[in-house]
Amino acid sequence: MVEIRILSAEDMRRAITRIAHEIVERNQGIEGLVLAGIRTRGTPLAHRLAEQIADIEARNVPVGALDIGLYRDDIASGSPPVVHSTEIPQDVDSRKLVLVDDVLFTGRTIRAALDALIDFGRPKQVQLAVLVDRGHRELPIRADYVGKNIPTTLREQVQVRLTEVDGRDEVVLVQVRE
Amino acid sequence: MTAMASTVQQAKTIARPSMVNGARRHLLDLDDFSQEELDLVMSTTDAMREVLSRDIKKVPTLRGKVIVTLFYEASTRTRVSFEEAGKLLSADVINVSSSGSSVEKGESLLNTVRTLQATGTDIIVVRHPHSGAPYFMARNLERTGIINGGDGWHAHPTQALLDLYTMKRHLGSVTGAKVVIVGDITHSRVARSNLWALQTAGAQVVLCAPPTLLPQEFLSGEHLRDGHLFGSVNVETNLERAIRDADVVMPLRLQLERQQAGLLPTLREYSKMYGITKERLALAKPSALVLHPGPMNEGVEISPDVAHGAQSLIEEQVHNGVAVRMALLYLLMGSRQKSQAQGGQQ
Repeated sequence: MVEIRILSAEDMRRAITRIAHEIVERNQGIEGLVLAGIRTRGTPLAHRLAEQIADIEARNVPVGALDIGLYRDDIASGSPPVVHSTEIPQDVDSRKLVLVDDVLFTGRTIRAALDALIDFGRPKQVQLAVLVDRGHRELPIRADYVGKNIPTTLREQVQVRLTEVDGRDEVVLVQVRE
Repeated sequence: MTAMASTVQQAKTIARPSMVNGARRHLLDLDDFSQEELDLVMSTTDAMREVLSRDIKKVPTLRGKVIVTLFYEASTRTRVSFEEAGKLLSADVINVSSSGSSVEKGESLLNTVRTLQATGTDIIVVRHPHSGAPYFMARNLERTGIINGGDGWHAHPTQALLDLYTMKRHLGSVTGAKVVIVGDITHSRVARSNLWALQTAGAQVVLCAPPTLLPQEFLSGEHLRDGHLFGSVNVETNLERAIRDADVVMPLRLQLERQQAGLLPTLREYSKMYGITKERLALAKPSALVLHPGPMNEGVEISPDVAHGAQSLIEEQVHNGVAVRMALLYLLMGSRQKSQAQGGQQ
């Protein structure tokens, strides 16, 4: 297995800082804003974004965690994913929600996340922030904030590693052998 | 050498059907559950409890799946909570009872379950007065999964899992906790399945009953033989001694419908010696938990002030029962699909 590093820890930090600024700019502040990280790696990313936003705006943004295990469309094709609790910090009605995930690929995870979110109420708006967009969408979904666009082939895998989960920060491209 | 050992180890883990490797199709008892599999059920139940706490408590997970509850014996909570669990996960749930079905016309158990399989049922939840009936069904079904909802004196695994979940929620861990099960042990499938679960989870189990209601093997001390699976279980016929410093007290209903005559002099005497009262509960740890698998006969095995007192978790057990059954339906349904797909490829 050949690994190519695409983003270093420094690159990741800068990308997250930029996305934090973009979120604040697009929403003209953070009034009514909630960040919702998609488990597993979206959650620590959402917390990092929230820290950056707190630095910029001197106020905290609520952060939640969304588990999409119960909303997937592929239970039939493997052992069921381990499900965890969803923790949405407050009423989502009439709030602006930013979904946060590590990699945007087919779009199916985001579809499931939208379904999960809508079970909690009727958000005023839902935006999407991802660290890496690797293309190959199977659904009409696009991200509002992207850390880095990485063109890939279907034979490659993008792995995001985070200190909180994997012990270090980096994004690598893995060639999967036939 | 190490490579070989690890291959053998791997083969073992793959060979043993478990929800952890997605290969378990039936839930018949807890005798083949590892700590890891128990933990998976517990953590999935946490997620399901969160779903139960929502305003709209319904998720689309099992859309298009069919669950049949097939009950040959009376039940309120097991049946209702399985039906609710299936519906909250968006499965279609059909209730069949022996009265009103072709069972009354003399249809055999085998033909009944084959019919249910042929109609496309994904999981059958069965309760049967004969021990082993769910095993017989599981052996004769190629596609449909079986969940044992109680068979005779033998096993009631979903009850034991919800009991374990309820204890863990309040104690953190049950390892080393003293759990006293009081009452009709001989005729209790709940006690049997609880023994397996608690033993695997590392609890210190005490069985307390009059000698006529204790299984022969425990009464004779045979279980203390070296290497016996239940070697660490204590047996006590005196309730005051048994209950001392207990973390959990679980009285059981007298299974009068299964008992032979002559096991007890009178209900009154039983209640006097083995009923859980406020005074007796005071001998346990101050924060001791009171669980009861239901249905209760208040005033016999448990006094009303204990049943509805501050230490009682009996209502929470019912609530957790829905969440545990959601978790089990979810975990087994995924496994079922996988084993089918594998079967198709071969």
